[in-house]
Amino acid sequence: MKKPGAAGAVLSGKGLKWALVALIDLALLYVVTLMYAQGEIAFALVILLLGGIGTWVFTSEKAYNFRYVYPSLLGVILFVVFPLIYTVNVAFTNYSSSNLLTFERVKQIHLAKRYQSGDDKYTLALYQSGENYQLQLTDKDDNTRAFVTEGFAKSKEKLRINASQDIQPAGDKLAMRNVIKMRTSLKKLTVVLPDNRELVMTSLREFGAMAPLFTEGEEGSLINNQTGSVAKPDFETGYYLDENGKTMTPGFTIYIGWDNFTKVLTDPGIQGPFLKIFTWTLIFAALTVVFTLVVGLLLACLVQWEPLKESGIYRVLLILPYAVPAFISILIFRGLFNQNFGEINMVLEALFGISPEWFTNEYLAKSMILMVNTWLGYPYMMILCMGLLKAIPEDLYEASAIDGAGPIQNLMNITLPMIIKPLTPLLIASFAFNFNNFVLINLLTGGLPNMIGATTPAGATDILVSYTFRIAFGQYGQDYGLASAIAALIFLVVGAIAWANLKATRSVQEQ
Amino acid sequence: MAMVQPRNLKYRVWAARLFMILFICIIMFPFLMIISVSFRSGNFATGSLIPDNPSLEHWAMAFGIPWENADGSITQPTFPVLIWLWNSIKISVLTSGFILLLSTTGAYAFARLKFRFKQSMLTSMMILQMFPAVLALVAFHTIFDKLGNFIPWLGLNTHGALIVAYLGGVTMNIWLIKGYFESIDNALEESAAIDGATPWQAFRHILLPLSVPILAVVFILAFIGVIGEYPVASVLLQDMDKLTLAVGSKQFLNPQNYLWGDFAAAAVLTGLPITLIFLLAQRYLVSGLTSGGVKG
Repeated sequence: MKKPGAAGAVLSGKGLKWALVALIDLALLYVVTLMYAQGEIAFALVILLLGGIGTWVFTSEKAYNFRYVYPSLLGVILFVVFPLIYTVNVAFTNYSSSNLLTFERVKQIHLAKRYQSGDDKYTLALYQSGENYQLQLTDKDDNTRAFVTEGFAKSKEKLRINASQDIQPAGDKLAMRNVIKMRTSLKKLTVVLPDNRELVMTSLREFGAMAPLFTEGEEGSLINNQTGSVAKPDFETGYYLDENGKTMTPGFTIYIGWDNFTKVLTDPGIQGPFLKIFTWTLIFAALTVVFTLVVGLLLACLVQWEPLKESGIYRVLLILPYAVPAFISILIFRGLFNQNFGEINMVLEALFGISPEWFTNEYLAKSMILMVNTWLGYPYMMILCMGLLKAIPEDLYEASAIDGAGPIQNLMNITLPMIIKPLTPLLIASFAFNFNNFVLINLLTGGLPNMIGATTPAGATDILVSYTFRIAFGQYGQDYGLASAIAALIFLVVGAIAWANLKATRSVQEQ
Repeated sequence: MAMVQPRNLKYRVWAARLFMILFICIIMFPFLMIISVSFRSGNFATGSLIPDNPSLEHWAMAFGIPWENADGSITQPTFPVLIWLWNSIKISVLTSGFILLLSTTGAYAFARLKFRFKQSMLTSMMILQMFPAVLALVAFHTIFDKLGNFIPWLGLNTHGALIVAYLGGVTMNIWLIKGYFESIDNALEESAAIDGATPWQAFRHILLPLSVPILAVVFILAFIGVIGEYPVASVLLQDMDKLTLAVGSKQFLNPQNYLWGDFAAAAVLTGLPITLIFLLAQRYLVSGLTSGGVKG
């Protein structure tokens, strides 16, 4: 990101340019090395590749013209293309809150586990001198062997301290009740003896030796030092299995092929909700486009109508829903529609004696969403239509007025046919936008009311993106793999819409 | 004025006027209501549009000032609204600045320079901008989670990550600026080139000063877009005092802690400046907005 900022210097001054490029490359190389060392090969490769191309673009005279595009392309590649590819990649894994880490990391976690080997036991005595504490640990089998730790302060952090036979404890020996007060701090301590054995608190009076629970065996297997049994990694499920075939948490991330996709398409607990949500997404997006278009076109016609002299004021007021940030207006509606203390139900109660359950009844929730979205979206359509209406030659209406046509006939036979073609790509874009209108659903209903019989969190008003979001970031288990698989399916739909949009735009431009 | 007029024109105008006024009343209802609610006392108060006993308690909360209730107890502000507003403004200004830098140079190349793959780059960027970031939230979360291990200021829960994540949204802006550049005759730049100016000098000293209006439009559009962005910010930011307005505002309407009045004041306080910016710049923004982008 430093490149665009430094563009001025890079493009003109020679020496400065080389220095900057070298500096950025050094920084990138450092990061790449770090990433490679930690096993993030994909990240390292992407940065290496983009950094390499960047260096070439900004140093070679041949690539001069690319210097202007490269920074913006870099933005698009890193934050549009790469996340898309990454999502597809995750769709083929079991990446989730239970299988979050790489195999190597999980193995390290298991290898770092300790157990009390029980061989050595030490009686503890705690000494205090001001804020400084010291432990004296005496071997239970041999009273003459006593180790004293270095001083430590009371803290809630994990602490490793050394102990040796040469240190003398300072201060007073604490009574048992004061030791009990210190026990949270003591529990966090690991005492390292001169021969590198580690001791931790095992009871109120004792410290005991710890040993690694596992030693690494062949092919990543783990040998349990306590029982002698062997735990083997299972690359089908992404877990270590102990000798009884029980899974050991945490699991690791593995590629599981098309499993997520087959789950979406065949598992009854997911497939049912998925199809329902997919249908609702299409209906929601289509109806939104129709409603906003109808309202927007009507208002545009009225505002452009010359006999209505004061239309300038109307125009500003009508654009207002578009000017207010969407997140604020959606939340305002969320409050206004509230079943118990919302103002809308109060008005309805006063006028008709009804108070609809906007958030618990599926159909009412859906109609509320469509109402709010029409409210939010009609100004955009109105602005579009106003521009297009201006382009229709006035004499067409003159001619129709002479023939005695009414407003409805004018609309059907002149206005609509004249604007529908340039409007098509914009309508498609609006459909695509609403197909992924996550903000509206998430802020207004959050997808509620929930569907019954779904194994993943799925709601009646959820659209595909909000459903994906709930699977990935919901409160109950985060299944990134499954969410990415659904996102990948959405890519296909969006790709089709984008293609249709491109076709429609081309046909308008060719006119 | 049309030459041929129907006889009942007067009635039609009045019908249209009546319809307009009714419609505008419906449209304005939420706004008037929220202003009214922000002055009512208590979070569950009901009443008429003009509050019976107006109180400034919610406004005090929005400005982060503790409020002394009638019974002498003190209510502390629940959420740091002003910090959220500051975060939003900071992130939006920085992001818009970076987006402007990226898209201006990019647009210059696409409008004036010749290079390979130009047309296919443009087409693929147009297709790619149909894929919103909300589809790749898992990827954003993971990418910045991992990046944070190597570059701390780009990790989860940092504003750096958010600003950088927004930099992919340059396509529409490139398109806008490119259109504007193409409408400027390049005779000036050519004569400068004959006098020995490099493409960079021609761009910096001739084209840029001529394009200030479109740059302002792009900046404001980007600013409004970023300040209202919710999905990516909601995934990347976690700490209460790191949130942006768009993410934070939702906290007010939590069913367990429903602060309708406090929300109303915060919404008016924060929504008003953004709305005013939009309305003031509306005339110039509309052309940009209608050329293809849908505001989110």
